[in-house]
Amino acid sequence: MKQSVTERTAFYQILTRKITVLILMVSFFPMILTTGILFYRFNGAYKEKINAHISELVQKHTQNIDSFLSEKLGNIRYLARLFDNNQQTPRIFLQQQMTLLRNQYGDVFTDLGLVDSNGIQFAYEGPFKLENADYSNAKWFIAAKEKAFYISDVFAGLRGHPHFIVTVKVSFNGSNSLLRSTINFGAFNSLVENIQIGRTGIAFIINTKGELQTKMDVRLKDSAIMSILDPDGHKKNETIFSEKQDASGKRYLCVTSMLNNIDWIMVFRQDIGDAFRELRKTQILALVLFLLGCGAIISVAFTLPRNIVKLIASADKKSEVMNRQVIESGKLATIGELAAGIAHEINNPVAIMVEEAGWIEDLLEEEELKNTKNFEEFKRALVQINTQGKRCKEITHKLLSFARKTDSTINDVQINDAVREIVSLTAQMARYNNVIIETELHEGIPFIRISPSELQQVILNLINNAIDAMHKGGGTIKIETKISKLEKNHVVIAVEDNGPGIPKDNLERIFDPFFTTKPVGKGTGLGLSICYGIVQKMGGKIDVYSEVGMGTRFRIWIPFQEPLSEKPLNEINVAEPVSATLADK
Amino acid sequence: MNSKNKETNIIRVLLVDDEQGYLNVLSNRMARRSIQATKAFSGTEAIQILRKNDFDVVVLDLKMEDMDGIEVLKVIKRMVPELPVIILTGHGSQTAAEEGISFGAFDYLSKPCELSELLEKIREAYQHQPNSDS
Repeated sequence: MKQSVTERTAFYQILTRKITVLILMVSFFPMILTTGILFYRFNGAYKEKINAHISELVQKHTQNIDSFLSEKLGNIRYLARLFDNNQQTPRIFLQQQMTLLRNQYGDVFTDLGLVDSNGIQFAYEGPFKLENADYSNAKWFIAAKEKAFYISDVFAGLRGHPHFIVTVKVSFNGSNSLLRSTINFGAFNSLVENIQIGRTGIAFIINTKGELQTKMDVRLKDSAIMSILDPDGHKKNETIFSEKQDASGKRYLCVTSMLNNIDWIMVFRQDIGDAFRELRKTQILALVLFLLGCGAIISVAFTLPRNIVKLIASADKKSEVMNRQVIESGKLATIGELAAGIAHEINNPVAIMVEEAGWIEDLLEEEELKNTKNFEEFKRALVQINTQGKRCKEITHKLLSFARKTDSTINDVQINDAVREIVSLTAQMARYNNVIIETELHEGIPFIRISPSELQQVILNLINNAIDAMHKGGGTIKIETKISKLEKNHVVIAVEDNGPGIPKDNLERIFDPFFTTKPVGKGTGLGLSICYGIVQKMGGKIDVYSEVGMGTRFRIWIPFQEPLSEKPLNEINVAEPVSATLADK
Repeated sequence: MNSKNKETNIIRVLLVDDEQGYLNVLSNRMARRSIQATKAFSGTEAIQILRKNDFDVVVLDLKMEDMDGIEVLKVIKRMVPELPVIILTGHGSQTAAEEGISFGAFDYLSKPCELSELLEKIREAYQHQPNSDS
């Protein structure tokens, strides 16, 4: 029994585990796969979109700056052509043109100047006093003097202000000179500053040596600028994307694009975290949802199988109880058939014995035998044989009567007769165990439509339990039947013993299937559970009251049909003896 | 065929049972009580005897090896419908006895029974014969 309980527990544990694993697999596999694919695809698509956006922005600005430079160069070249045909003094020419440029472009052009081949600015129009300034050693002059036109890098110059210079070669008085104009750095710089994305997205321009051509941003470091330069060199009209890491380990996105007119590189730089901030937010949200989903799946995977297995276990238990009931009643039916067979086999020889004794008795009536010495002894012996023959008959008839009742056919049953029959069947066993069975069977109890064998099974079980409980110590079992005063139209059968009683903890579980306090192999723990089922089936109820050291009382209520008018209830009540010992509360 | 033996007032009984020991002692005891008992140790033997002889009462066991008592009863009731049959069985099954009554048996007794009880039943059956007063 214990072993089978352990086996069953192990089986249910395995079943629980299997269902849990199945739920986890079936839920997690598609979820992880779907989430993974979506995550990967979404990341890719989002990054592509961000990159395309930045790339477009950078290209647009590169074109803007290119066209700005082309326009300014074009302006100066146009001036150079006008100057070639100029009839006025250079000074007046510059004054006139400067006024026109200011009117046209505001303060984009800071000044205009003419520099001779020795680097001396012989004519100047602008806010500074730079006439006769010597540029012979200036880098831009050295680079520009041989070229038809030239745009310099940004430099601090003589005044210490960042600016850059556009020069175009002109001819004055038969020698080569340069028409130069200083471009307002601020105006140029604002073009680049317009590119501001997020919190860290900034744009700037560097030359091929890595020197900054726009304003120094506080967020920029020289080392960071140098690392932007592609060691393989940059090509015109090409936008390059790269992810880099600065000295502090911070990763950033870097987009470079080279200008057409000059070897300057437009650079856009943004921290990766900043660039993909929205993506990161979405990723965190997705991760939180994924984890919540996992949590939900895990909690379901661990609670649901337990509940399912609990239901299965309870269904198994119920079906087992039913199986046992079938087996128990089957057993009783088999015992009944066996008893009937034995009774028949015994009745015949007993009948012969009794008749042969009767024959001897007949013969003893003859005169010559009447006077024999032992005549009286013969007579006594024959009477004894006859008496014992009758006893045998009684026993076999009880067995046969039991056999007839081992089915669940419903009959009109007189409770008192049923109790008497059971008491006579158990009398022998009670005697062996020093137990006295007393009965207090009140008259006037109507017939009840139930299965007599089932009723006997219930009472037999209660008596057997009481005898078992009293062990060899002996005691008294009292069986009482009467009409219930509490429940209308119910008969009460009380089986009370003065045994050791049942502890409170056990009392609550006493009708539970498989609950037994008997040693292993002695009890199935089903007796009372089956009794409970039978009484329920009869439409009645069973209860138990017990006190440790005092004894135990089981009471069974069984309903009966309303008695006919000729047998009123009060008559039945009158028939009840006053000395009822078992209170029916 | 079943003319009553009124002159001698001896009741003619046919005892049918496959327990030979039982029939022997029973017929001996009956003989001492002015009852003429004939023994048949099987159903077929009983029917053969009945074909040749007249009886006032039949005492029939239900469980016999060759032929079931109920079958014998049916044959008897076909042959001599008015002949009373008392069922005497060790089977003790009330339903079987009730079945016997439904097929026309006079009454039933279960083994072992007092001889006086059996004789009483036989006399009762003898008195109740339809032509007992004729």
